[in-house]
Amino acid sequence: MRAKAGVKQTPEIQYAGTGLSSKDFKEGKILCTRWTADAKYAWDAGIAIGKYLAGFKAGKILGVRCIKCGRTMVPPRAFCEWCFKTVDSWVQLRNTGIVNTFSLCYVTWDVKRVKKPEISAVIEIDGASKGMGIMHLLGEVDPNKVRIGMKVKAIWKPAAEREGAITDIKYWKPY
Amino acid sequence: MGQRVAIVGAGMTKFVRRAQETGKELAFHATRMALDSCEMNLDQIDAVCLGTAPDTFDGVHMKGEYLSDGAGAWGKPYMRCYVGGGTGVFSVIQGWYHIASGLCDTCLVVCEEKMSSYQPHAQAAFLTIFDHTTERPLKPNLLWIFAMEMNRYMTTYGLRKEDIVQVAVKNKRNALDHPCAQIAKAVTAEDILNSEVLAWPVQRLDVSPVSDGAVALVLASESIARKVTDKPVWIEGVGWSLDTAYWTNRDLCYPRYVEEAARMAYTMAGVTDPRHQIHIAEPYDPFDYKELHHMEGLMLCGKGEAPQMTVDGITQRDGELPVCPSGGLLGVGNPIAAAGLMKVAELFWQLRGEAGKRQVSRKVKRGVAQAWGDLMQVGTVVVVGI
Repeated sequence: MRAKAGVKQTPEIQYAGTGLSSKDFKEGKILCTRWTADAKYAWDAGIAIGKYLAGFKAGKILGVRCIKCGRTMVPPRAFCEWCFKTVDSWVQLRNTGIVNTFSLCYVTWDVKRVKKPEISAVIEIDGASKGMGIMHLLGEVDPNKVRIGMKVKAIWKPAAEREGAITDIKYWKPY
Repeated sequence: MGQRVAIVGAGMTKFVRRAQETGKELAFHATRMALDSCEMNLDQIDAVCLGTAPDTFDGVHMKGEYLSDGAGAWGKPYMRCYVGGGTGVFSVIQGWYHIASGLCDTCLVVCEEKMSSYQPHAQAAFLTIFDHTTERPLKPNLLWIFAMEMNRYMTTYGLRKEDIVQVAVKNKRNALDHPCAQIAKAVTAEDILNSEVLAWPVQRLDVSPVSDGAVALVLASESIARKVTDKPVWIEGVGWSLDTAYWTNRDLCYPRYVEEAARMAYTMAGVTDPRHQIHIAEPYDPFDYKELHHMEGLMLCGKGEAPQMTVDGITQRDGELPVCPSGGLLGVGNPIAAAGLMKVAELFWQLRGEAGKRQVSRKVKRGVAQAWGDLMQVGTVVVVGI
Protein backbone atom coordinates (compact mmCIF):
# COMPACT_ATOMS: atom_id res chain seq x y z
CA MET A 1 0.00 0.00 0.00
CA ARG A 2 3.06 2.24 -0.12
CA ALA A 3 2.45 5.09 -2.52
CA LYS A 4 5.86 6.61 -3.14
CA ALA A 5 4.86 9.68 -5.03
CA GLY A 6 1.61 11.49 -4.64
CA VAL A 7 -0.86 12.17 -7.39
CA LYS A 8 -0.31 15.59 -8.90
CA GLN A 9 -3.29 17.76 -9.61
CA THR A 10 -3.01 17.44 -13.36
CA PRO A 11 -5.72 17.86 -15.99
CA GLU A 12 -5.71 14.09 -16.53
CA ILE A 13 -7.38 13.55 -13.16
CA GLN A 14 -11.13 13.29 -13.51
CA TYR A 15 -13.00 15.08 -10.78
CA ALA A 16 -16.59 14.15 -9.97
CA GLY A 17 -19.30 16.81 -9.84
CA THR A 18 -21.85 17.38 -12.61
CA GLY A 19 -22.96 20.99 -12.90
CA LEU A 20 -26.61 21.67 -13.74
CA SER A 21 -28.27 24.83 -15.01
CA SER A 22 -31.75 26.20 -14.33
CA LYS A 23 -32.58 25.22 -17.91
CA ASP A 24 -32.05 21.55 -17.07
CA PHE A 25 -34.80 21.87 -14.48
CA LYS A 26 -37.15 23.92 -16.64
CA GLU A 27 -36.87 21.50 -19.52
CA GLY A 28 -37.54 18.57 -17.23
CA LYS A 29 -34.17 16.94 -17.90
CA ILE A 30 -33.66 16.42 -14.17
CA LEU A 31 -36.00 14.44 -11.93
CA CYS A 32 -36.73 16.52 -8.90
CA THR A 33 -39.01 16.44 -5.84
CA ARG A 34 -40.20 19.61 -4.14
CA TRP A 35 -41.20 20.29 -0.55
CA THR A 36 -42.02 23.28 1.59
CA ALA A 37 -41.18 23.30 5.28
CA ASP A 38 -44.11 24.13 7.55
CA ALA A 39 -42.39 25.34 10.70
CA LYS A 40 -44.06 27.77 13.08
CA TYR A 41 -42.48 29.12 16.25
CA ALA A 42 -43.45 31.37 19.14
CA TRP A 43 -40.48 32.64 21.12
CA ASP A 44 -41.05 34.03 24.58
CA ALA A 45 -38.67 36.91 25.12
CA GLY A 46 -37.13 35.44 28.27
CA ILE A 47 -36.38 37.24 31.53
CA ALA A 48 -33.90 39.95 30.53
CA ILE A 49 -35.08 40.67 26.98
CA GLY A 50 -38.68 40.56 28.30
CA LYS A 51 -37.87 43.46 30.60
CA TYR A 52 -35.98 45.25 27.79
CA LEU A 53 -39.01 45.03 25.53
CA ALA A 54 -41.36 46.14 28.31
CA GLY A 55 -39.08 49.20 28.46
CA PHE A 56 -39.53 49.69 24.71
CA LYS A 57 -43.30 49.68 25.19
CA ALA A 58 -42.84 52.48 27.74
CA GLY A 59 -40.50 54.35 25.35
CA LYS A 60 -37.34 53.60 27.33
CA ILE A 61 -34.09 51.81 26.49
CA LEU A 62 -32.90 49.77 29.47
CA GLY A 63 -29.47 48.32 30.13
CA VAL A 64 -27.91 46.23 32.90
CA ARG A 65 -24.86 46.76 35.07
CA CYS A 66 -22.28 44.34 36.38
CA ILE A 67 -20.35 45.79 39.31
CA LYS A 68 -17.54 43.26 38.97
CA CYS A 69 -16.38 44.27 35.46
CA GLY A 70 -18.06 47.67 35.63
CA ARG A 71 -19.82 47.30 32.30
CA THR A 72 -23.22 48.78 31.49
CA MET A 73 -24.57 46.44 28.85
CA VAL A 74 -27.12 46.59 26.07
CA PRO A 75 -28.87 44.48 24.92
CA PRO A 76 -29.50 43.66 28.57
CA ARG A 77 -28.84 40.13 29.77
CA ALA A 78 -29.62 38.11 32.88
CA PHE A 79 -25.96 37.31 33.49
CA CYS A 80 -22.62 38.90 32.68
CA GLU A 81 -20.90 36.56 30.24
CA TRP A 82 -17.45 37.84 31.26
CA CYS A 83 -17.82 37.51 35.04
CA PHE A 84 -20.34 34.69 34.73
CA LYS A 85 -22.54 36.02 37.48
CA THR A 86 -26.04 37.47 37.72
CA VAL A 87 -26.08 41.15 36.75
CA ASP A 88 -26.48 43.66 39.57
CA SER A 89 -28.89 46.35 38.45
CA TRP A 90 -31.00 47.83 35.68
CA VAL A 91 -30.43 51.34 34.38
CA GLN A 92 -32.25 53.53 31.90
CA LEU A 93 -30.06 54.51 28.96
CA ARG A 94 -30.52 57.53 26.73
CA ASN A 95 -32.54 57.71 23.52
CA THR A 96 -29.44 58.69 21.60
CA GLY A 97 -26.37 56.96 20.27
CA ILE A 98 -23.45 56.93 17.86
CA VAL A 99 -23.24 55.04 14.57
CA ASN A 100 -20.55 52.39 15.10
CA THR A 101 -20.90 51.04 11.57
CA PHE A 102 -23.55 50.84 8.85
CA SER A 103 -24.40 49.47 5.43
CA LEU A 104 -26.52 50.71 2.54
CA CYS A 105 -28.40 47.62 1.46
CA TYR A 106 -29.88 47.41 -2.03
CA VAL A 107 -31.29 43.90 -1.75
CA THR A 108 -33.99 42.45 0.49
CA TRP A 109 -33.54 39.36 2.64
CA ASP A 110 -34.75 37.23 -0.28
CA VAL A 111 -32.34 38.96 -2.70
CA LYS A 112 -34.83 41.24 -4.47
CA ARG A 113 -33.43 44.61 -5.55
CA VAL A 114 -34.70 47.82 -4.03
CA LYS A 115 -34.17 51.38 -5.33
CA LYS A 116 -33.90 53.16 -2.00
CA PRO A 117 -31.32 51.43 0.18
CA GLU A 118 -32.23 50.18 3.60
CA ILE A 119 -29.65 51.49 6.07
CA SER A 120 -28.73 48.96 8.73
CA ALA A 121 -26.43 50.08 11.51
CA VAL A 122 -24.82 49.14 14.77
CA ILE A 123 -25.63 51.99 17.16
CA GLU A 124 -23.67 52.48 20.37
CA ILE A 125 -26.23 53.57 22.93
CA ASP A 126 -25.41 56.62 25.06
CA GLY A 127 -25.26 55.74 28.73
CA ALA A 128 -23.94 52.23 28.11
CA SER A 129 -20.25 51.33 28.19
CA LYS A 130 -18.15 52.22 25.16
CA GLY A 131 -18.72 49.88 22.26
CA MET A 132 -22.08 48.57 23.52
CA GLY A 133 -24.24 48.65 20.43
CA ILE A 134 -27.45 47.23 19.09
CA MET A 135 -28.43 46.50 15.50
CA HIS A 136 -31.13 48.78 14.12
CA LEU A 137 -32.07 50.95 11.15
CA LEU A 138 -31.38 54.55 10.16
CA GLY A 139 -34.01 56.79 8.58
CA GLU A 140 -34.71 60.39 7.52
CA VAL A 141 -31.15 60.68 6.28
CA ASP A 142 -29.47 60.98 2.88
CA PRO A 143 -27.71 57.61 2.40
CA ASN A 144 -24.66 59.41 1.03
CA LYS A 145 -24.31 61.46 4.20
CA VAL A 146 -24.29 58.62 6.73
CA ARG A 147 -20.97 58.38 8.53
CA ILE A 148 -19.45 56.24 11.25
CA GLY A 149 -19.40 58.37 14.41
CA MET A 150 -22.63 60.18 13.47
CA LYS A 151 -24.90 61.08 16.39
CA VAL A 152 -28.41 59.65 16.07
CA LYS A 153 -31.59 59.60 18.13
CA ALA A 154 -34.38 57.04 18.38
CA ILE A 155 -37.64 57.79 16.59
CA TRP A 156 -40.32 55.96 18.52
CA LYS A 157 -43.73 54.87 17.33
CA PRO A 158 -46.58 56.69 19.11
CA ALA A 159 -47.24 55.15 22.55
CA ALA A 160 -50.56 53.64 21.47
CA GLU A 161 -48.88 51.74 18.64
CA ARG A 162 -46.01 50.33 20.69
CA GLU A 163 -46.25 46.65 21.40
CA GLY A 164 -43.08 45.80 23.29
CA ALA A 165 -40.95 44.95 20.25
CA ILE A 166 -37.60 46.07 18.85
CA THR A 167 -39.62 47.71 16.06
CA ASP A 168 -41.23 50.11 18.60
CA ILE A 169 -38.30 52.28 17.55
CA LYS A 170 -39.08 52.97 13.90
CA TYR A 171 -35.51 53.99 13.11
CA TRP A 172 -32.73 56.32 14.25
CA LYS A 173 -32.09 59.70 12.67
CA PRO A 174 -29.21 62.16 12.90
CA TYR A 175 -29.65 65.04 15.34
CA MET B 1 1.22 16.57 22.50
CA GLY B 2 0.07 12.96 22.16
CA GLN B 3 0.70 11.05 18.94
CA ARG B 4 1.94 12.99 15.91
CA VAL B 5 -0.74 13.22 13.25
CA ALA B 6 -0.15 13.48 9.50
CA ILE B 7 -2.32 14.11 6.49
CA VAL B 8 -1.56 11.32 4.03
CA GLY B 9 -4.27 11.63 1.39
CA ALA B 10 -6.69 14.13 -0.11
CA GLY B 11 -9.53 14.20 -2.59
CA MET B 12 -12.25 16.53 -3.78
CA THR B 13 -15.04 17.01 -6.26
CA LYS B 14 -15.56 19.95 -8.57
CA PHE B 15 -17.30 22.88 -6.90
CA VAL B 16 -20.43 23.71 -8.92
CA ARG B 17 -23.46 25.97 -8.52
CA ARG B 18 -25.81 23.04 -8.68
CA ALA B 19 -24.65 19.46 -8.67
CA GLN B 20 -26.64 16.63 -10.14
CA GLU B 21 -25.06 14.34 -7.55
CA THR B 22 -26.70 14.11 -4.13
CA GLY B 23 -24.72 15.22 -1.09
CA LYS B 24 -24.06 11.59 -0.29
CA GLU B 25 -22.72 10.96 -3.79
CA LEU B 26 -20.47 14.02 -3.63
CA ALA B 27 -19.12 12.88 -0.26
CA PHE B 28 -18.43 9.43 -1.67
CA HIS B 29 -16.45 10.72 -4.66
CA ALA B 30 -14.24 12.97 -2.51
CA THR B 31 -13.71 10.25 0.09
CA ARG B 32 -12.91 7.55 -2.47
CA MET B 33 -10.42 9.88 -4.15
CA ALA B 34 -8.72 10.64 -0.83
CA LEU B 35 -8.40 6.93 -0.01
CA ASP B 36 -7.13 6.11 -3.51
CA SER B 37 -4.55 8.91 -3.32
CA CYS B 38 -2.79 7.04 -0.50
CA GLU B 39 -3.81 3.55 -1.62
CA MET B 40 -5.88 2.88 1.47
CA ASN B 41 -9.22 1.25 2.03
CA LEU B 42 -12.06 1.63 4.49
CA ASP B 43 -10.94 -1.37 6.53
CA GLN B 44 -7.79 0.61 7.40
CA ILE B 45 -9.84 3.53 8.73
CA ASP B 46 -10.55 3.64 12.48
CA ALA B 47 -12.97 6.58 12.64
CA VAL B 48 -14.73 9.19 10.50
CA CYS B 49 -15.28 12.89 11.20
CA LEU B 50 -17.71 14.76 8.98
CA GLY B 51 -18.30 18.47 8.71
CA THR B 52 -21.37 19.93 7.08
CA ALA B 53 -23.30 23.18 7.57
CA PRO B 54 -26.95 23.74 8.49
CA ASP B 55 -29.52 21.00 8.04
CA THR B 56 -31.70 23.82 6.66
CA PHE B 57 -29.78 23.79 3.35
CA ASP B 58 -30.83 20.24 2.67
CA GLY B 59 -34.16 20.13 4.47
CA VAL B 60 -32.81 16.96 6.08
CA HIS B 61 -32.78 16.63 9.85
CA MET B 62 -29.60 14.98 11.20
CA LYS B 63 -27.76 15.58 7.95
CA GLY B 64 -24.63 14.04 9.44
CA GLU B 65 -26.35 10.69 9.70
CA TYR B 66 -27.85 11.07 6.22
CA LEU B 67 -24.38 11.66 4.75
CA SER B 68 -22.56 9.03 6.82
CA ASP B 69 -22.53 6.29 4.18
CA GLY B 70 -21.00 8.64 1.61
CA ALA B 71 -18.25 9.50 4.11
CA GLY B 72 -17.32 5.86 4.61
CA ALA B 73 -18.66 5.81 8.16
CA TRP B 74 -20.59 2.55 8.00
CA GLY B 75 -19.90 0.55 11.17
CA LYS B 76 -17.35 3.03 12.54
CA PRO B 77 -17.07 5.61 15.31
CA TYR B 78 -18.53 8.68 13.60
CA MET B 79 -18.97 12.27 14.54
CA ARG B 80 -20.41 15.28 12.75
CA CYS B 81 -19.32 18.79 13.62
CA TYR B 82 -20.75 22.14 12.68
CA VAL B 83 -19.36 25.55 13.62
CA GLY B 84 -20.78 27.53 10.69
CA GLY B 85 -18.21 28.62 8.14
CA GLY B 86 -15.48 27.50 10.54
CA THR B 87 -16.52 23.87 10.07
CA GLY B 88 -14.10 22.85 7.32
CA VAL B 89 -10.97 23.57 9.34
CA PHE B 90 -12.57 22.49 12.61
CA SER B 91 -13.29 19.03 11.14
CA VAL B 92 -9.52 18.55 10.74
CA ILE B 93 -9.03 19.51 14.38
CA GLN B 94 -11.62 16.93 15.35
CA GLY B 95 -9.91 14.27 13.24
CA TRP B 96 -6.59 15.32 14.77
CA TYR B 97 -7.66 14.72 18.36
CA HIS B 98 -9.09 11.30 17.54
CA ILE B 99 -5.52 10.29 16.62
CA ALA B 100 -3.43 12.57 18.85
CA SER B 101 -5.26 11.18 21.85
CA GLY B 102 -4.12 7.68 20.94
CA LEU B 103 -7.70 6.52 20.55
CA CYS B 104 -7.32 5.90 16.79
CA ASP B 105 -4.51 5.50 14.27
CA THR B 106 -6.39 6.60 11.18
CA CYS B 107 -9.30 8.93 10.62
CA LEU B 108 -11.17 10.13 7.55
CA VAL B 109 -12.13 13.79 7.56
CA VAL B 110 -14.92 14.56 5.11
CA CYS B 111 -16.75 17.83 4.42
CA GLU B 112 -19.76 18.09 2.17
CA GLU B 113 -22.14 20.87 1.26
CA LYS B 114 -25.06 20.97 -1.10
CA MET B 115 -26.51 24.46 -0.90
CA SER B 116 -28.46 24.38 -4.14
CA SER B 117 -31.42 22.38 -2.83
CA TYR B 118 -32.59 25.39 -0.85
CA GLN B 119 -34.95 27.48 -3.03
CA PRO B 120 -34.68 30.01 -4.43
CA HIS B 121 -31.40 31.03 -2.81
CA ALA B 122 -29.47 29.52 0.11
CA GLN B 123 -28.89 32.97 1.59
CA ALA B 124 -32.31 32.89 3.22
CA ALA B 125 -31.34 29.73 5.13
CA PHE B 126 -28.90 31.84 7.14
CA LEU B 127 -31.49 34.26 8.51
CA THR B 128 -32.05 32.24 11.65
CA ILE B 129 -28.58 33.15 12.91
CA PHE B 130 -29.98 36.54 13.91
CA ASP B 131 -31.55 36.86 17.37
CA HIS B 132 -35.20 35.97 17.01
CA THR B 133 -36.48 38.70 19.32
CA THR B 134 -34.10 41.64 19.07
CA GLU B 135 -32.90 41.35 15.45
CA ARG B 136 -35.14 39.29 13.19
CA PRO B 137 -38.14 41.66 13.44
CA LEU B 138 -35.91 44.20 11.61
CA LYS B 139 -35.94 41.80 8.63
CA PRO B 140 -32.17 41.60 8.35
CA ASN B 141 -30.31 40.32 5.35
CA LEU B 142 -27.23 38.19 5.89
CA LEU B 143 -25.17 40.67 3.88
CA TRP B 144 -25.81 43.34 6.51
CA ILE B 145 -23.37 41.99 9.04
CA PHE B 146 -20.57 41.50 6.51
CA ALA B 147 -21.12 44.91 4.97
CA MET B 148 -21.13 46.52 8.42
CA GLU B 149 -17.99 44.64 9.44
CA MET B 150 -16.26 45.62 6.18
CA ASN B 151 -17.24 49.27 6.65
CA ARG B 152 -15.95 49.26 10.22
CA TYR B 153 -12.68 47.67 9.07
CA MET B 154 -12.22 50.16 6.21
CA THR B 155 -13.09 53.19 8.31
CA THR B 156 -10.98 52.22 11.35
CA TYR B 157 -7.81 51.89 9.29
CA GLY B 158 -8.66 54.34 6.48
CA LEU B 159 -8.54 51.60 3.82
CA ARG B 160 -9.46 52.02 0.18
CA LYS B 161 -11.95 49.77 -1.57
CA GLU B 162 -9.75 49.69 -4.68
CA ASP B 163 -6.97 48.08 -2.61
CA ILE B 164 -9.29 45.56 -0.97
CA VAL B 165 -10.65 44.29 -4.29
CA GLN B 166 -7.13 43.21 -5.29
CA VAL B 167 -7.85 40.12 -3.19
CA ALA B 168 -10.75 39.14 -5.45
CA VAL B 169 -8.65 39.86 -8.57
CA LYS B 170 -5.87 37.60 -7.26
CA ASN B 171 -8.05 34.73 -6.03
CA LYS B 172 -10.32 34.53 -9.06
CA ARG B 173 -7.23 34.47 -11.27
CA ASN B 174 -5.46 31.86 -9.12
CA ALA B 175 -8.54 29.68 -9.48
CA LEU B 176 -8.07 29.55 -13.28
CA ASP B 177 -5.46 26.88 -12.52
CA HIS B 178 -7.74 24.86 -10.26
CA PRO B 179 -9.44 21.96 -12.05
CA CYS B 180 -12.38 22.08 -9.61
CA ALA B 181 -13.06 25.83 -9.71
CA GLN B 182 -16.56 27.21 -10.13
CA ILE B 183 -16.04 30.93 -10.80
CA ALA B 184 -12.42 31.30 -11.87
CA LYS B 185 -12.03 34.39 -14.02
CA ALA B 186 -9.54 37.01 -15.06
CA VAL B 187 -11.21 40.15 -13.70
CA THR B 188 -9.85 43.62 -13.13
CA ALA B 189 -10.25 45.87 -10.13
CA GLU B 190 -12.53 48.04 -12.28
CA ASP B 191 -14.80 45.07 -13.03
CA ILE B 192 -15.27 44.55 -9.31
CA LEU B 193 -15.71 48.22 -8.47
CA ASN B 194 -18.31 48.48 -11.25
CA SER B 195 -20.22 45.35 -10.25
CA GLU B 196 -23.69 45.59 -8.73
CA VAL B 197 -23.79 47.08 -5.22
CA LEU B 198 -25.48 44.58 -2.90
CA ALA B 199 -24.98 46.12 0.52
CA TRP B 200 -22.44 48.91 0.34
CA PRO B 201 -19.45 48.49 0.65
CA VAL B 202 -20.11 44.92 -0.54
CA GLN B 203 -20.51 44.50 -4.31
CA ARG B 204 -21.37 41.43 -6.37
CA LEU B 205 -17.78 40.48 -7.23
CA ASP B 206 -16.56 40.97 -3.63
CA VAL B 207 -18.55 37.87 -2.69
CA SER B 208 -18.00 34.12 -3.06
CA PRO B 209 -20.76 32.08 -4.70
CA VAL B 210 -23.23 29.48 -3.47
CA SER B 211 -21.79 26.05 -4.27
CA ASP B 212 -22.14 22.28 -4.06
CA GLY B 213 -19.09 20.14 -3.44
CA ALA B 214 -17.11 17.83 -1.17
CA VAL B 215 -13.52 17.41 0.06
CA ALA B 216 -11.90 14.61 2.06
CA LEU B 217 -8.59 14.00 3.84
CA VAL B 218 -7.04 10.87 5.31
CA LEU B 219 -5.27 11.45 8.64
CA ALA B 220 -2.87 8.92 10.18
CA SER B 221 -0.64 8.48 13.20
CA GLU B 222 3.12 8.64 12.61
CA SER B 223 3.59 4.86 12.50
CA ILE B 224 0.89 4.43 9.86
CA ALA B 225 1.84 7.58 7.95
CA ARG B 226 5.44 6.41 7.50
CA LYS B 227 4.17 3.16 5.98
CA VAL B 228 1.69 4.83 3.69
CA THR B 229 3.73 7.65 2.19
CA ASP B 230 7.17 9.21 1.83
CA LYS B 231 5.61 12.64 2.10
CA PRO B 232 3.44 12.96 5.18
CA VAL B 233 2.24 16.48 5.92
CA TRP B 234 2.21 16.90 9.68
CA ILE B 235 -0.47 18.70 11.63
CA GLU B 236 1.84 20.80 13.81
CA GLY B 237 -0.72 22.92 15.60
CA VAL B 238 -4.46 23.36 16.01
CA GLY B 239 -6.46 26.14 17.60
CA TRP B 240 -10.00 27.39 17.83
CA SER B 241 -11.79 30.11 19.72
CA LEU B 242 -15.24 31.61 19.92
CA ASP B 243 -16.16 35.22 20.65
CA THR B 244 -19.39 36.37 22.31
CA ALA B 245 -22.68 36.01 20.45
CA TYR B 246 -23.41 39.65 21.38
CA TRP B 247 -21.83 40.65 18.08
CA THR B 248 -22.97 44.26 18.30
CA ASN B 249 -20.86 44.62 21.46
CA ARG B 250 -17.59 43.65 19.75
CA ASP B 251 -15.25 45.87 17.76
CA LEU B 252 -15.83 44.50 14.29
CA CYS B 253 -12.60 45.99 12.95
CA TYR B 254 -10.50 43.09 14.21
CA PRO B 255 -11.17 39.32 14.53
CA ARG B 256 -9.79 38.79 18.00
CA TYR B 257 -11.13 35.22 18.06
CA VAL B 258 -8.95 34.39 15.01
CA GLU B 259 -5.91 35.72 16.86
CA GLU B 260 -6.76 33.60 19.89
CA ALA B 261 -7.16 30.50 17.72
CA ALA B 262 -3.91 31.30 15.88
CA ARG B 263 -1.98 31.80 19.12
CA MET B 264 -3.16 28.39 20.33
CA ALA B 265 -2.08 26.72 17.07
CA TYR B 266 1.22 28.62 16.80
CA THR B 267 2.18 27.79 20.39
CA MET B 268 1.62 24.10 19.69
CA ALA B 269 3.59 24.35 16.44
CA GLY B 270 6.45 26.34 18.01
CA VAL B 271 5.77 29.30 15.74
CA THR B 272 6.91 32.51 17.42
CA ASP B 273 7.26 34.76 14.36
CA PRO B 274 4.38 33.88 12.03
CA ARG B 275 5.34 36.43 9.37
CA HIS B 276 8.58 34.53 8.74
CA GLN B 277 7.86 31.01 9.95
CA ILE B 278 4.65 30.61 7.92
CA HIS B 279 5.47 30.21 4.21
CA ILE B 280 2.01 29.88 2.72
CA ALA B 281 -1.47 30.74 3.96
CA GLU B 282 -5.03 29.80 3.12
CA PRO B 283 -7.17 32.17 5.20
CA TYR B 284 -10.94 32.12 4.80
CA ASP B 285 -12.06 34.42 1.98
CA PRO B 286 -15.85 34.36 1.54
CA PHE B 287 -15.52 38.11 0.89
CA ASP B 288 -12.37 39.86 -0.34
CA TYR B 289 -12.00 41.93 2.84
CA LYS B 290 -12.21 38.75 4.94
CA GLU B 291 -8.92 37.43 3.56
CA LEU B 292 -7.30 40.66 4.78
CA HIS B 293 -9.08 40.62 8.13
CA HIS B 294 -7.95 37.05 8.66
CA MET B 295 -4.33 37.68 7.61
CA GLU B 296 -4.26 40.27 10.38
CA GLY B 297 -5.91 37.93 12.89
CA LEU B 298 -3.37 35.26 11.92
CA MET B 299 -0.66 37.85 12.68
CA LEU B 300 0.86 37.52 9.19
CA CYS B 301 0.99 41.33 9.21
CA GLY B 302 0.05 44.21 11.46
CA LYS B 303 -3.49 45.50 11.93
CA GLY B 304 -4.73 47.37 8.88
CA GLU B 305 -1.63 46.38 6.87
CA ALA B 306 -2.98 43.45 4.86
CA PRO B 307 -4.37 45.54 1.96
CA GLN B 308 -0.97 47.16 1.30
CA MET B 309 0.72 43.75 1.46
CA THR B 310 -1.72 42.57 -1.20
CA VAL B 311 -1.18 45.63 -3.40
CA ASP B 312 2.58 45.06 -3.10
CA GLY B 313 2.18 41.57 -4.57
CA ILE B 314 3.56 39.78 -1.52
CA THR B 315 0.53 37.49 -1.39
CA GLN B 316 0.68 36.44 -5.05
CA ARG B 317 1.54 32.85 -5.89
CA ASP B 318 5.08 33.95 -6.78
CA GLY B 319 5.26 36.36 -3.84
CA GLU B 320 7.08 36.06 -0.53
CA LEU B 321 3.96 34.83 1.26
CA PRO B 322 1.47 33.24 -1.13
CA VAL B 323 -2.07 33.67 0.20
CA CYS B 324 -4.94 31.59 -1.19
CA PRO B 325 -2.91 30.12 -4.06
CA SER B 326 -5.83 27.70 -4.51
CA GLY B 327 -8.07 30.51 -5.69
CA GLY B 328 -9.96 30.43 -2.41
CA LEU B 329 -13.67 30.68 -1.92
CA LEU B 330 -13.75 33.71 -4.24
CA GLY B 331 -12.49 31.65 -7.15
CA VAL B 332 -12.88 27.93 -6.46
CA GLY B 333 -16.27 28.33 -4.75
CA ASN B 334 -17.87 28.23 -1.34
CA PRO B 335 -19.64 25.00 -0.42
CA ILE B 336 -19.40 26.10 3.24
CA ALA B 337 -17.80 23.20 5.12
CA ALA B 338 -16.09 21.76 2.03
CA ALA B 339 -14.57 25.17 1.23
CA GLY B 340 -12.73 25.24 4.56
CA LEU B 341 -11.41 21.72 4.09
CA MET B 342 -10.35 22.58 0.53
CA LYS B 343 -7.93 25.06 2.12
CA VAL B 344 -6.24 22.35 4.16
CA ALA B 345 -6.16 20.07 1.08
CA GLU B 346 -4.46 22.89 -0.86
CA LEU B 347 -1.72 23.15 1.77
CA PHE B 348 -1.30 19.36 1.60
CA TRP B 349 -0.78 19.50 -2.18
CA GLN B 350 1.40 22.62 -2.04
CA LEU B 351 3.71 21.30 0.69
CA ARG B 352 4.14 18.04 -1.22
CA GLY B 353 4.82 19.89 -4.47
CA GLU B 354 1.75 18.33 -6.06
CA ALA B 355 -0.35 21.42 -6.75
CA GLY B 356 0.24 21.23 -10.50
CA LYS B 357 -0.20 24.57 -12.24
CA ARG B 358 -1.00 26.18 -8.89
CA GLN B 359 2.33 25.23 -7.31
CA VAL B 360 3.85 28.28 -5.61
CA SER B 361 7.31 29.41 -6.75
CA ARG B 362 8.99 29.30 -3.37
CA LYS B 363 9.90 26.18 -1.44
CA VAL B 364 7.26 25.99 1.26
CA LYS B 365 7.61 23.94 4.40
CA ARG B 366 4.95 25.29 6.73
CA GLY B 367 1.49 26.67 6.09
CA VAL B 368 -1.58 27.86 7.93
CA ALA B 369 -5.23 27.33 7.03
CA GLN B 370 -8.06 29.15 8.75
CA ALA B 371 -11.82 29.28 8.59
CA TRP B 372 -14.39 31.53 10.20
CA GLY B 373 -18.06 31.45 10.87
CA ASP B 374 -21.04 31.29 13.17
CA LEU B 375 -22.23 34.82 13.97
CA MET B 376 -18.85 36.25 12.88
CA GLN B 377 -17.41 34.79 16.04
CA VAL B 378 -15.50 31.53 15.50
CA GLY B 379 -11.92 31.13 14.36
CA THR B 380 -10.51 27.71 13.47
CA VAL B 381 -6.83 27.34 12.62
CA VAL B 382 -4.56 24.48 11.55
CA VAL B 383 -0.78 24.73 11.03
CA VAL B 384 0.74 22.04 8.83
CA GLY B 385 4.36 21.35 7.93
CA ILE B 386 6.78 18.92 6.33
